Amino acid sequence: MSAITSPFPQGSVGWKLPYRGKVGMACLIVAESAIFTIFVVAYLFYAGKSLSGPTPREVLETPIFFTICLLSSSVTIHFASRLLERGKRVGFLSLWFLTIILGVLFMYGTAREWYRLIYEHGLTISSNLFGTTYYSLVGLHAFHVTAGLLMLTIVLLFGLAGRVGSEQSARVEVLSMYWHFVDVVWVVVFTVVYVLGR
Amino acid sequence: MRRDICPTTMAISRVTGCRGKEVQSAMGKDHKTEWGSVASRVVGILVLVAGILLAAGLCNASPGSENQGPNIFDPHSPNAKSLYQLSSFVLVITGLIFVVVFGLLVYVVVKFRDRTRDAWREPAQVYGSTQIELAWTVIPILIVVVLFLTTARVIHGIQDAPKPPQALSVTVIGHQFWWEFRYPELGVVTANELHLPVGKPAYLKLLSADTDHSFWIPQLAGKTDLIPNRVNEMWMEPEQTGTFLGQCAQYCGTQHAKMLLRVAVESPEDFDAWVRTQKETSIPDEKESAGKHVFESTSCVNCHAVGGTNGTGRFGPDLTHLMSRKTIAAGAARNTHENLRLWIESPDAIKPGSLMPAMKLSDADLDALVRYLETLQ
Amino acid sequence: MSSDAIAIGSARETGQSWLETLHEWVTTVDHKRLGILYIVYALFFLAVAGSEAMIMRIQLMYPHNGFVSPQVFNRMFTMHGTTMVFFVGIPFLFGFANYIVPLMIGARDMAFPRLNAFSFWLTAFGGFVLYFSFLGGSGLYGAGSAPDVGWWAYAPLTSRAFSPGHSTDYWTIGLLVSGFGSIGTAINIIATILCMRCPGMKLGRMPLLVWMNLVMSGMVLIAITPLSAAQIMLCVDRYLGGHFFDTQAGGSATLWMHFFWIFGHPEVYILIIPAFAFMSEIVPVFSRKPIFGYPVMVGATVCIGFLSLSVWAHHMFTIGMSSYTNAFFTLTTLAVGIPTGIKIFNWLGTMWGGKIQFKTPMLFCIAFLFQFLIAGLTGIMLGSAAFNWQLSGSYFVVAHFHYTLVGGLVFAIFGAFYFWYPKITGKMLSERVGKLHFWLFFLGFHLTFDLMHIPGLLGMPRRIYTYEPGRGWDMWNLLVSIGAFIQAIATLVFVANLIFSYFKGAKAGNDPWDAWTLEWSVSSPPPAYNFASIPKVSSRRPLWDLKHPEDQDSRYE
Repeated sequence: MSAITSPFPQGSVGWKLPYRGKVGMACLIVAESAIFTIFVVAYLFYAGKSLSGPTPREVLETPIFFTICLLSSSVTIHFASRLLERGKRVGFLSLWFLTIILGVLFMYGTAREWYRLIYEHGLTISSNLFGTTYYSLVGLHAFHVTAGLLMLTIVLLFGLAGRVGSEQSARVEVLSMYWHFVDVVWVVVFTVVYVLGR
Repeated sequence: MRRDICPTTMAISRVTGCRGKEVQSAMGKDHKTEWGSVASRVVGILVLVAGILLAAGLCNASPGSENQGPNIFDPHSPNAKSLYQLSSFVLVITGLIFVVVFGLLVYVVVKFRDRTRDAWREPAQVYGSTQIELAWTVIPILIVVVLFLTTARVIHGIQDAPKPPQALSVTVIGHQFWWEFRYPELGVVTANELHLPVGKPAYLKLLSADTDHSFWIPQLAGKTDLIPNRVNEMWMEPEQTGTFLGQCAQYCGTQHAKMLLRVAVESPEDFDAWVRTQKETSIPDEKESAGKHVFESTSCVNCHAVGGTNGTGRFGPDLTHLMSRKTIAAGAARNTHENLRLWIESPDAIKPGSLMPAMKLSDADLDALVRYLETLQ
Repeated sequence: MSSDAIAIGSARETGQSWLETLHEWVTTVDHKRLGILYIVYALFFLAVAGSEAMIMRIQLMYPHNGFVSPQVFNRMFTMHGTTMVFFVGIPFLFGFANYIVPLMIGARDMAFPRLNAFSFWLTAFGGFVLYFSFLGGSGLYGAGSAPDVGWWAYAPLTSRAFSPGHSTDYWTIGLLVSGFGSIGTAINIIATILCMRCPGMKLGRMPLLVWMNLVMSGMVLIAITPLSAAQIMLCVDRYLGGHFFDTQAGGSATLWMHFFWIFGHPEVYILIIPAFAFMSEIVPVFSRKPIFGYPVMVGATVCIGFLSLSVWAHHMFTIGMSSYTNAFFTLTTLAVGIPTGIKIFNWLGTMWGGKIQFKTPMLFCIAFLFQFLIAGLTGIMLGSAAFNWQLSGSYFVVAHFHYTLVGGLVFAIFGAFYFWYPKITGKMLSERVGKLHFWLFFLGFHLTFDLMHIPGLLGMPRRIYTYEPGRGWDMWNLLVSIGAFIQAIATLVFVANLIFSYFKGAKAGNDPWDAWTLEWSVSSPPPAYNFASIPKVSSRRPLWDLKHPEDQDSRYE
């Protein structure tokens, strides 16, 4: 028979703990960073060690435009989030939509590059060490971008149905944390693959 | 602080900062029950028995002149000896730590057990003591520093030892599930049984043809792994003649357990004689030409090499001097007529899962082949 | 009206069919039920992996024994190790954490109840995938069945060339899936602890069990993920023709080793830190004193968490790294022993001056102290790289890690069972049967694992399905196997106690042990909502303050 009255003193004035959504997403980001770190380590370890096949210098073209797209999407999602906090739904939806477009552009750029690498240069995941590590690392990132785009689209659809307002801004903020993480990872991948790796 | 608390408790209170509360002195009153002495005697006996067992087990461990089997405490090479000395030092230190901490544990369990059964009296609620905690942090740090420095010295001494010019070079190639030994300067190729001259350093280059293996002869050296696409090196300098046993120490597949090692350490004269016989190509015995024909016309030659025949296969051991070896199948069976015949007919009977296929020869062919192989001295 | 936390009672009372009860349990998001699901799952796999161990020990009783073929034996040691680490150890610890942590911090549930359920089912599915290999692993030429590559799955043994068929894939994918489950639970535990504590429970007032699960979960986030990454790479190699670990294409076998052990070493600390947590809750209660040196215990745990990330290559001392690398990892390995040793002293300090009650949970804790001390010392021996060159890959290592995992972790888990079973079920476990379980298991454990060190010192490598007679190993192996039988019997006694006491055990009441943390303030079992109203605490031992109003902890903290 549990007591109806608690033996403990009550009261929670001034007791403020962090928002669990943010903490959870921060933990997820830590875990994902560890996964990406391992793939980056493998890439760097095998840099220059391929026994045959195309090398980075021969085949890679620096994707400046699509990188700018992705990094700008961080800016747009940041402002979209801000607008939602203030309840500006239309502004939020526009910038949110723009974020998605920029992300899709980035994915298109990756697809185009892969098409070129495979069909013009014969670089596949099984060609050599460079192929294996390149497609794995860039592919893992692209997978995370895709997952992010899916979630962003779901929010967009809810938003178009009028169900996303300033009460949901904390949750939307959590999602934008993930999107920023994806962008930071791209900065690292870009540096490792297109700058250092060559 | 109450004044009627005994001085020892007061002293402890001062040091540990325990609070002024009714302190049940656990320091020496009302302990007339027999349980304490009984319990401590039982524990003492258990420890004694355990110690005796361990000592008996390590009784093999006195380094002596006779060969005691693959015992890490029976070194017969300077690097193995240096490992032995380091391990003795580490054992002494850890043994001391054990005695101190275990002694404390026994003391605490006996001394502070609940004897009074009056549940309403709680002991002094001590939260901690900075001085004590500092002490038991600093002392372990010192122990760690000492152990690290002694170990680092031994590591450096063994791994960074310069290769002496007169050292014997051996290339060891690990296969699933046998050992290939090549003496590049002497032009000798053999398998599974390594011959070394006593008193001379041997430098081993370790390679692998397939998966990871590990070369471990406890009495002669610590183990070093054979890893594909990587060259490892180790050395040993046997100080006594005899046969030293070991086996593969890194799981490499189904028959990892029977990838055995024998090192035959011989006097310089015996070693030179062995080298001479290994370098000779066997003169084909006309009586066994039928067997030789079986060897050369079946798929044996895909895997095995025999000098003076068309067999140049490298997947399996070189059989040119098969009969100079005491065992076959990497030590899985003694090198006898019956075993040799059985091995070719049905390898799974000796080493199930090894990569030697059953050759499916007729009885006549098999007998002829075995007789031929027995001429390969 | 008792809680609905235990199915059978509630079914009788509410007239539910067994199908409805099953549905409740399968769809539950309640942390207490999920905790029980994890624990029952782990108990089941304890029996399975224990049987795998028994098969191995029977085979090794005599040299050249023919009890099982080498292929079966190799599957046994692979499955035994993999199961014990991933489907016994982790589920037990997550199960207890799930049940106890919210209660200890005065919360009603975990931060993300649905993620909690999803993580459990992911873990469970991973185990199912691994064991399905016995049925479905056969690939080319009948090769396969359960994986036989060892629980570390070293490359290139795991490549398609040396492991045809699908057995390795079941290992990879089963663990990948359950790894994601573990990450989910770790996220949940961290978010719960940081965001759901009751008013007044500052971080410095949390029970040590909560602190240690926080550290452990943080480690899970950064230690399990390298293994997941490496497993994805292995899948790329095996299915997409990649060359991550393909030595023929210039790939590196040692790269797998580094990735695996960057996971593998923190993993064993992930397993043992919750055991430390159980010790830190049980030892004070049965010594009738607070934990000695709470701040240092927290600090030492955090230290262990960080240091454990720097020691991994002590599993690789024999692969031919440079002398500087070997010396570095010797230093870090010995260093991580310092905060660990400090904890042993703190527990001794807790018992010193106390009134020790030898109830069953405390017996297991005292044995833990004895055994973890020895395990730590053999760890020091193994941590010295040069000594390691003789000891690694031998039965000495097997004895060492079973000493930490069985002598440490399993003993602590048994202690935790006896301590919290009354809270979870409302019934006390039998003390007499508990003591029988303890002494039998203690005897069997020491017979097996004390003696197991000796064949290692005499040159017996590990992972061998048979051995040569006349090397001095025969008698020791026989005795070791006998000890295994004794441990098996003791475990059966334990399971019998669990079942029997559930039906016939004495009623426990809220607080059978006169303990001090918040879970003992609610009924046994707790109601679904845990607390009628969220408590407010002002010290580390809120129940001590209530029971001793003249001498509250809050005055001294």
